[in-house]
Amino acid sequence: MINLAIIIMGILMIIAAIYAFRTEKLINSIIASGVISLIVSVIFLILAAPDVAMTEASIGSALTTIVFLYALVKIKAKLNGGDDA
Amino acid sequence: MLRTVLIYVVIIALAMIFIPIARENMEKQDLSDLSKEYVKNSIDKLETQNVVTSVVVTYRGLDTLGEVTVLFLATSGVGFLINRRKKRKSKIRQASEILNTGSFFIFPIIVLFGVYVFVHGHLTPGGGFQGGVLIASAFVLMMLVNNNSDLNHLVLESIEAISGFSYVIIAALGLILLGSFLDPTFLPMGKLGMLFSAGAIPLIYSFVGLKVGAELTNIIDSLRNESTESEEVTK
Repeated sequence: MINLAIIIMGILMIIAAIYAFRTEKLINSIIASGVISLIVSVIFLILAAPDVAMTEASIGSALTTIVFLYALVKIKAKLNGGDDA
Repeated sequence: MLRTVLIYVVIIALAMIFIPIARENMEKQDLSDLSKEYVKNSIDKLETQNVVTSVVVTYRGLDTLGEVTVLFLATSGVGFLINRRKKRKSKIRQASEILNTGSFFIFPIIVLFGVYVFVHGHLTPGGGFQGGVLIASAFVLMMLVNNNSDLNHLVLESIEAISGFSYVIIAALGLILLGSFLDPTFLPMGKLGMLFSAGAIPLIYSFVGLKVGAELTNIIDSLRNESTESEEVTK
């Protein structure tokens, strides 16, 4: 039962990872990579490592995603600014 | 087309590496000699319920000190590279009413949970690093709500400096009083499972938690100021 759950979550992770580099919009791939971290943290919890799961959930899926979003804001500002004209 | 196929081939080849690891992965039925010693000593000598904490803070305490130093260097690097000018009002859209109300409700709960995690590091799963990261994520939520808010970097940096310094002082106290660096048994040990037990381990974890929380908040705030500022310049 637990093995089945882990396998399903692994397949979900692979789907999210493929989506992250196939999609056109950058914001979608940032959110997909956050989803991967969230699933990994659930797997860590199932494998009896609650402290690692806590770190992964807050660093991987919250803080890293936010930092990527700030970087995206900066990139968009550069592109709209007319530097590439 | 060829490029996409090549990418998939590389990914599948990388996945093949993990197959033998997965096949040999068995759940261990008994502890090795070293683990037995750690488990026995952490209950008998250190009075620490959470064996992971007793390993991380005492037996491998020097590694933890190294990790904290690495984080400190990362924060100094970010602060050095990103110059903090006077911030003007950014043109980013204000947060919606739902996010605003919800996050003011949830912010104290997250901070309280973070403090609980690092104060109870010797009893329940988690510890200084996890608690600090939780506190930092609460502050990031407030940054999302309030785009123009200004954090007081002097306070953050003093919290970081004082707690880092106290960590080293506690480590050195172990060396002076008991003759081994990072020995937490110079304080009264208390009873197994009580909040005030396990010598200096809760103290060390509280300082690590404060330090990590202040550092991560500082890094994210610096990156945020950088991103909104550049938008201001180009528009």
